[in-house]
Amino acid sequence: MLEVRDLHAYYGKSHILQGVDLDVGENEIVSILGRNGVGRSTTLKAIMGDPEPRGEIRFRGTPVVGRKPHEIAHLGIGFVPEERAIFPTLTVEQNLLLGIKGGRRGGRWSLEETWKLFPQLKDRASAPGGALSGGEQQMLTICRTLMGDPDLIMIDEPTEGLAPQMVERIGELLQEIARRGISILLVEQRLVIAMRISHRVYVMGHGRIVFEGTPPELVANDAVRREWLEV
Amino acid sequence: MLEIIFVSTLNGVLYGMLLFLMASGLTVIFSMMGVLNLAHASFYMLGAFFGFEISRRLGFWPALVLAPVVVGLIGMAVERYGLRRVHRHGHVAELLFTFGLTFVIKEVVEMIWGKLPVDYRVPSGLDFAAFTLFSGNYPAFKLFGLLISVGIFIGLLMAVRHTRVGLIVQAALSHPGMVGMLGHNVDRIFMLVFGVGVGLAAVAGVIAGPILVTQSNMAGLLGPILFVVVVVGGLGSLGGALAASLLIGLVQTFAVAFNVSLADLFGGTAAGAILSVWLADIWRVTVAQIAPILPYLLLVMILIFRPRGLMGTRDT
Repeated sequence: MLEVRDLHAYYGKSHILQGVDLDVGENEIVSILGRNGVGRSTTLKAIMGDPEPRGEIRFRGTPVVGRKPHEIAHLGIGFVPEERAIFPTLTVEQNLLLGIKGGRRGGRWSLEETWKLFPQLKDRASAPGGALSGGEQQMLTICRTLMGDPDLIMIDEPTEGLAPQMVERIGELLQEIARRGISILLVEQRLVIAMRISHRVYVMGHGRIVFEGTPPELVANDAVRREWLEV
Repeated sequence: MLEIIFVSTLNGVLYGMLLFLMASGLTVIFSMMGVLNLAHASFYMLGAFFGFEISRRLGFWPALVLAPVVVGLIGMAVERYGLRRVHRHGHVAELLFTFGLTFVIKEVVEMIWGKLPVDYRVPSGLDFAAFTLFSGNYPAFKLFGLLISVGIFIGLLMAVRHTRVGLIVQAALSHPGMVGMLGHNVDRIFMLVFGVGVGLAAVAGVIAGPILVTQSNMAGLLGPILFVVVVVGGLGSLGGALAASLLIGLVQTFAVAFNVSLADLFGGTAAGAILSVWLADIWRVTVAQIAPILPYLLLVMILIFRPRGLMGTRDT
């Protein structure tokens, strides 16, 4: 579904991504693991078109490099950034409605369904997005991207800074998303969640992929874990 | 006294609303695109000259509609073919671009209309006294200008609050990148906002032209005040821009209307004798004389005591 070959990206003069190769298949949950600053977030952002990617990215065979973020979104790739980017002055409902793309309605997700999944959000439908707690904001930002009916959703650090209970809810939500036939490319700090729900994992180091395999294979590979994951 | 207060209030609110027509565009363009449009007042001037030219040929009413539309289209072209290309090279390049644009517009205006004021008058249909109060008449055109600017303000507020484009614009004020990643064409929204923003400045130009003087230095006269309004109100805050526009409008008209000096206030008193020596330099300076300095004084005070402006959300 998503094929990334020899992806390079720069911030100013620093060469952040130095040839990343990765694939996400239909209905697959794939995680990118690694320490801070190795280029995991940048990989997602570059796929989304900002920073400008170099190399080859194909989504269902369509070339992605050279397109603008809104065009890439219309191809069916959704992105949930680490900073969440809730529109603070708009209400929860308005935030969700902004997820719907022009000219494309009636996807897999609707307001009603979002309310059903997260009754908490419904209670706060008319509250400004900026007034939500961290966990509620995380749900809101994921649901907002889902409203655009993506076929692949890329989520950056969804459980960062959340209470354990909320982390569980996010984990359940990710599995619910996958059940509806949406592929997930996840960047996660917490190995536990990523290892439990992922079909495959990549480990990144210094702007490159240094390991690819299934979660059990990573558990078995002491060398990779020691060199690239453990602090 | 009551008459001065009443007339000054009306004039101040009118001046404030005209300032707001310009400042609102400037502040929205800044917070969405990060571009401080130094040429904003030049588009106001273009509005006045186009208003003059179109009124002469087709009448004032077509001018009131057509001049802002033409200026808005020019603005969209400037954004699409100028700013958007310059954007890649960073904010300094953008500033220089809009700075250069002020000279280009000024020179073009001088080439076509010359340096002297043009004869842009209040249209005859609106050239009468709206009401007579005490001994003076209040011109209908000023009242009309006030109504138009308030009307546009309300219309704009409704459009931003209740339309989908308005929703996208509001969202883009805080996270323009995210709006793009949700599948909305941010470039097109930017172009639209820039066009509408400078179009509003042109509306102010069409209305202010006959009240003030329509000449090639009018952008230079107004530009600095406009930045005072935006900084005092707080960059990126529409509510702040409204408050600051009215504040500066009122401060300026009231200051001009009151011919009071320290000598008048404390003249006969015992302390007055001492103060007149200590403050000899400013003893007889009237409020009206220092009126032009007041907005800048306000700017300095705000930057010292409240750098975010009255209602701003980010540091200037």
